[in-house]
Amino acid sequence: MIAIESLTKRYGATTAVDAVSMVMERNSITAIVGTSGSGKSTLLRMINRLVEPTSGRVLIGGRDTESEPAHRLRRRIGYVIQGHGLFPHRTVAENVGTVPRLLGWEESRIRARTAQLLEALQLDPAVYSGKYPHQLSGGQQQRVGVARALAAEPEVLLMDEPFGALDPIIREKAQDDLLDIQRRFGTTIVLVTHDIDEAFRLGDRVAVMSEGRLIQYDRPEVLVTSPADPLVARMTGSSERAMRLLSLTTAGEAALPLNGAGIEGPSVPASASLREVLSELLWRGSECATVIDAEGTPRGRLTLAAILARGRSR
Amino acid sequence: MSTPGYLLPRRASAQEGPALPRIDRLGALLTLVGAAGLLLLPFVAFKANRILPGDPRGLAQVLPLWAALGCQATLAVVAAVAVLAANAPLRLAAAVAGLVVIALALAAAANGLTPPHNLIVRIAPGAGFWLLLAALGLLATDAITRMRPGPGTRVLLLAVFLGGSGLALAHGTFDDVSIMREYAVNASAFAVAARQHILLSVGSLGAAVVVALPLGIFCHRVPRLRPGILSALNIIQTIPSIALFGILMAPLGALAAHVPLAAAVGIRGIGAAPAVLALFLYSLLPIVANTATGLKRVSPATVEAALGMGMTRWQTLMSVEIVLALPVILTGIRIVLVQNIGLVTVAALIGGGGFGTFVFGGIGQAATDLVLLGAIPTVVLAYSAAVLLDALVELLEHVPR
Repeated sequence: MIAIESLTKRYGATTAVDAVSMVMERNSITAIVGTSGSGKSTLLRMINRLVEPTSGRVLIGGRDTESEPAHRLRRRIGYVIQGHGLFPHRTVAENVGTVPRLLGWEESRIRARTAQLLEALQLDPAVYSGKYPHQLSGGQQQRVGVARALAAEPEVLLMDEPFGALDPIIREKAQDDLLDIQRRFGTTIVLVTHDIDEAFRLGDRVAVMSEGRLIQYDRPEVLVTSPADPLVARMTGSSERAMRLLSLTTAGEAALPLNGAGIEGPSVPASASLREVLSELLWRGSECATVIDAEGTPRGRLTLAAILARGRSR
Repeated sequence: MSTPGYLLPRRASAQEGPALPRIDRLGALLTLVGAAGLLLLPFVAFKANRILPGDPRGLAQVLPLWAALGCQATLAVVAAVAVLAANAPLRLAAAVAGLVVIALALAAAANGLTPPHNLIVRIAPGAGFWLLLAALGLLATDAITRMRPGPGTRVLLLAVFLGGSGLALAHGTFDDVSIMREYAVNASAFAVAARQHILLSVGSLGAAVVVALPLGIFCHRVPRLRPGILSALNIIQTIPSIALFGILMAPLGALAAHVPLAAAVGIRGIGAAPAVLALFLYSLLPIVANTATGLKRVSPATVEAALGMGMTRWQTLMSVEIVLALPVILTGIRIVLVQNIGLVTVAALIGGGGFGTFVFGGIGQAATDLVLLGAIPTVVLAYSAAVLLDALVELLEHVPR
């Protein structure tokens, strides 16, 4: 758990971050979203003290981050930046092993952990360990950056626009991979982005920042249904907020019991969002869809009316 | 080389027919230069003693007819290759063959012209020999450049060149040539001068690295002070070397006179102290500037990542920033080393020692051979240093960064 208590950063007369207080739960993903200059990166960088706060404090697991030297603190916190920042003169394996080596792990343990992480990120260790960053594609470099940040089993992972340099198709894949990794390692992730879609897709909770202040910090659906500020409403997009709301719920979550009804209409996977199901129904001119699980077994049904009810503000 | 008619550049452009091979412009120019040297200028100068002006002799006058013809025929073949061949290894082989032939011709001429047991007569290389040497040397360098050899190969070529020349000198092939006569008289002084020369240039470089590296890092960290520091060093760089040696003589002399400890450790107004100090001052700018530039070129994202991973500032500097800036820093060190090897020559004026002793001694005595005894090893030393450090820089650049 990360507790931020009235954290403020001033540069001369300008206030980059203005008395922000928030709590990020353990094992969750918090997405901080805002325009450039909103102070979101500064806020993130105050968590690992790359920026020293003017006032206020940060507690990680109840412990004040000021209670130890900054470099020791940072070794416990994973950090991923845009454009990956890999060391160009070191191989993939050496890059991933950076923090374990700083912590003085044994070589055999570093090797095992490196191989485990590269595999988890779908980079065959036998192929990629000895390569240099410039020999990798943008997506691969980004994954090595994530592997490096996770190497020393940090409790917290900070990500500053981690997917900003990727093209849209690779970006979506990278976002899915991040969700997988988060589930697998149970890391507490704080992610900064200017992309509201990315924030909604990844964040268990989303924080909206503007001009150094935290405007709203809540579950994504709350941001859509009851925006605290016109800015939040504008960001979530008033013209398509119903659709955005639908995209936050999966077919599996919204499925109605089958109640003996037969297979009706098109089959949709339980992991699909209601937005996708709605689109499918409109396309087929169908009133009803059957929700199937990964094995293809019918698990429930969805009607057009049930989906529409979910897209209404409550 | 005796039939240079077909080399005229006009014909090269006028006849672009498919039957004729392309004419190499550099080869044609070098052939003209070499031919002029061979045909119009004396190959050697015969001097009754070391300071008398020489009596010019052509190649045909100093070698037996068969040898002179063989030499000319070889050079003609070299010229043909230089003009017509595009194959770089072939061009290099031709240039090396030409160099060996003129070197042997010089040795043979010196041998033949010197009366037995006569140590007073001097057979000096003439203007024609030097011109041929320059033309063939350029041909060889150009051929090597075209082959684009890797750093290892270049060092190997240098070693072969130095080894070959060294073997020939040790064997006594050139003992009758005037410069080697001068060497024979000054052999022990030569060894001392060589040691002094290397010590002065490398020592002042070492001292400069110790000061300039931190200063360059400081310039990078405090960009506000960078212009001031660099312009101060720049001003030092603009002082002519002789003037700087002179300027330093007075304060160092005063220091030695008033501080016994300074005198005891060898600091005097003349000698090695002002030489090392002046070379040290000249060395600062290239290393400071290159260190600052090299560090600036390291991607900020990489540095931020290093700090974000939990490296200390010192670890970030040593294992990331300096390592990534190393090729640029080494380029600065290479500039300084080559510059110092040249400048040490001037240091002889204030008693600094080194090969300059022979150069200025030779100028004073009007003995050209003595000047060359100082100048040639200086050039070889500077050239070797440049090749070695260039190879090192390239090797480091090939490490991905």
